[in-house]
Amino acid sequence: MTETVIAAENLTRRFGDFTAVDHVTFSVRAGEIVGYLGPNGCGKTTTIRMLLGLLEPSEGRATVLGFDAFRQSEDVRARAGYMSQKFALYDDLTVLENLTFYGGVYGLRERRRLDETLDLVGLRGRERDLTRDLAAGFRQRLALAIALVHRPKLLFLDEPTSGVDPTARRAFWDLIYGLAGEGVTVLVTTHYMDEAEYCGRVGVMRDGQLLAMDTPAALKASVIPGEVWEAHIQPLEAGLEALREADGVLRVGLSGDHLRVIARRGLGAESLRRAAQARGLTAPRLERGEPTLEDVFLALAR
Amino acid sequence: MNRLLSIIRKEFIQITRDRRTLVIILVIPIMQLFLMGYSATTDIRNVPLAVLDQCRCAESRALLDAYRAADYFRLAYSVQSEAELRALIERGDARAGILIPPDYNTALARGEAQVAFILDGSDATAGSTTLASATLVGQQHATALMFEKLERSGVDISRLQPPLEVRTRVWYNPDLVSSHFMIPGVIGMILYAVTAVLTASAIVRERERGTIEQLIVTPIRPWELVVGKIIPYVLLAFVDTLEVMAIGHWWFGVPVRGDLTLILACSGLLLLSGLGIGLFASTIANTQQEAMLTVWMTLLPSIFLSGFFFPLEAMPQVLQWISYIVPLRYYLVIIRALLIKGVGLAAIWPETLALAVFGLLILGAAALRFRKRLD
Repeated sequence: MTETVIAAENLTRRFGDFTAVDHVTFSVRAGEIVGYLGPNGCGKTTTIRMLLGLLEPSEGRATVLGFDAFRQSEDVRARAGYMSQKFALYDDLTVLENLTFYGGVYGLRERRRLDETLDLVGLRGRERDLTRDLAAGFRQRLALAIALVHRPKLLFLDEPTSGVDPTARRAFWDLIYGLAGEGVTVLVTTHYMDEAEYCGRVGVMRDGQLLAMDTPAALKASVIPGEVWEAHIQPLEAGLEALREADGVLRVGLSGDHLRVIARRGLGAESLRRAAQARGLTAPRLERGEPTLEDVFLALAR
Repeated sequence: MNRLLSIIRKEFIQITRDRRTLVIILVIPIMQLFLMGYSATTDIRNVPLAVLDQCRCAESRALLDAYRAADYFRLAYSVQSEAELRALIERGDARAGILIPPDYNTALARGEAQVAFILDGSDATAGSTTLASATLVGQQHATALMFEKLERSGVDISRLQPPLEVRTRVWYNPDLVSSHFMIPGVIGMILYAVTAVLTASAIVRERERGTIEQLIVTPIRPWELVVGKIIPYVLLAFVDTLEVMAIGHWWFGVPVRGDLTLILACSGLLLLSGLGIGLFASTIANTQQEAMLTVWMTLLPSIFLSGFFFPLEAMPQVLQWISYIVPLRYYLVIIRALLIKGVGLAAIWPETLALAVFGLLILGAAALRFRKRLD
C-alpha cells in the first residue's frame, strides 16, 4: 500500500496578481485519508481543481493516479470521484434518476450497480424521493453516491459536510472510513478542526501555502512549541491580560469558561500561578490540556 | 453514445417535470401567432370617415355612396361644422374626413367641383393606404360622372374606350392578405427565438446550480454535453414549427404549397443559427436572466432587419447591407417562397446556402467559445 496516488510538485496557480496556490508540494499514498485544513478562500478548492485538471497550473505539476493531472485529465476524471461543496444535484430529479444519469455518463447500465451504491450510502428506500425534498444529510449522501457510482479508486471531497448536522457528519465519516478500508484514497477539504482529526494525515493551508502536512499527532508534537494548560481563573479578561504578559507563555486564548495557555515546555504550573498572583488575582486552577489541531493551526498561522 | 443518451434522457425528464415551462414552450407560439396573425396586418378596411356634407343634394349623396360602396371606408360620423370634424380626427375617432362644399351640385354642373379629403397622417402606413384608396374612389367616381355627361350630350359611349387598360393579376396571394405574409415570418421568429432562448437557459441553468462542475469532472465531452442538452429543445422547436404551420394553414388559410420535407430541412438550417446564438449567450451569461437578455438583444435587431415587418427594399442601403448577416432574413425569403409560392429548391438555393453557411459559422464560433475547462 505504498503506491503514490497523488504527487504534487510546486503546484502553483495565479489569477492575475493573486496567487491562490503557492508552490504546494505533497504526496498521497493509496488508501490514505488526507485532510486539507484551512479557512475559506485559502486555496483548497483551487488545489483540487488543478488535481482534477479543471485548471491549468501556472507553475509546477501534479500526477494523479499515474497521469498528468492537466494533460491527461480525461484519464484522471474517468478514475476519480469528485464531490463538490455545492452538492451538484438535479433538484427536479429523483434520487434514482440523479444516480442513473451520472451512472450512464460513466457508462454504467446495470441497475445492480446503482442499487449497490444506494446501499452503500444508505439511500435505499428513498429512490423515488425528489431531490429537492431531501434533508441536507441525505442530499450529502446522494452527492457522495454520485461521486462513487463508478467505483473510483480516488475520491476528492470538497467541504463535504458543510451545512450538515453533526449526527449526519459523524455518519458520513463512518462511510468515508469504510471506503478507505476498501482501499479508496480520499482527499478531503474542511474547515472544521474536529473533522480534520479523523484524517490519517492533515495538511494545513493558509493564503495558498501548505504550511505543514503530517498525522494529527505528529503535527501536534512538532508544531506546538510548548505545553497546553487549561487555566480556570476569574475574571477571565484580567487573567488573559496577566498570563499573556507572563514569562514563558507563548499564547493565551479564551476557550469557553477557561483560558487555554500554551507555555514553554517545563515552565510548570507554579510560574503561571505566580504570574496571576503578581497581578493581584487569585491563583488559577490549572490542568494539563491536550493539544488540538486548532492549536496547530493557530501556531502555524502566526 | 451512452453518455449522449443519458444526457438526452435526463433533459427530457426535467422538461416533463417542469410543466410550466413546457406549457410556455408549446402555448406561447400559438398566442404569438394569433396576435401577429390578427394585429400585424396592414390590410386597410373600414376606416372611420367623418362626413361634412354642406350641399345635401342628390349629387353629394351619390359621391358618398361611392365611398360607402368601396370596402375601405365606413361613414361613421356625420358632422355639421369643420370644427366638429377636426375634433373627431384629433381624438382619433375618425381617421379621415370628407368635406363637400354647399355649391357642390352647381359646381359639378359647371365641371369644376372640388371636395376636400382630410387624412390623419400620424400613422404613415395606414395613412398612405387610405390616401391611395380615397384618391382612387374619387377618380373612379369622376370618370363615371364624365361618361354620364358625355352620354347626355349624345356621345355613344359604347364606342368610347380608354386607350390603355392596366390589367393587374396578383399571383400567389390574390387577395393580398397580410397574414399570408406575416405567418411564415412568425414561424421563423418562433423557431429562432425558442431555440436560442431554450439553449441558452438550459446550459446556463447547469452553471447556476453548480451541476456543470460535476459534469465537467465526468468523462462527458463538451460536444456531448451541448448536443445532448439541445436535442430535446430542437425537437420541441420542430413541434412548435409544425404547430404554428398547422394553425396558420387551417385557421388563417395560409397555403402550404411547397414540399414539407424541404420546409423542415430549411427550418433545421435556421435552427443552427438559433442554437449558435443560444450557445454563444450561454458562454457570456452567468444567470438565466442574463442569458435571456443576451438572446433578446440579438433577437430584436434580427427581427427588424429580416424583413419580418417591413420590406428590406424600403430600408436605407446601409441597413440592407447589415441585413445580409442576419440569418433570419434568408429564412424568411425561403419560408415565404416555400409556403406561398410553392417553389422548389432551385428557386431558393442561394438563400438556403447562405442560411447553412451562417448557421455553421455561428454554431462553430459558439462551440469554440464553449470550453470545457472552467478557467
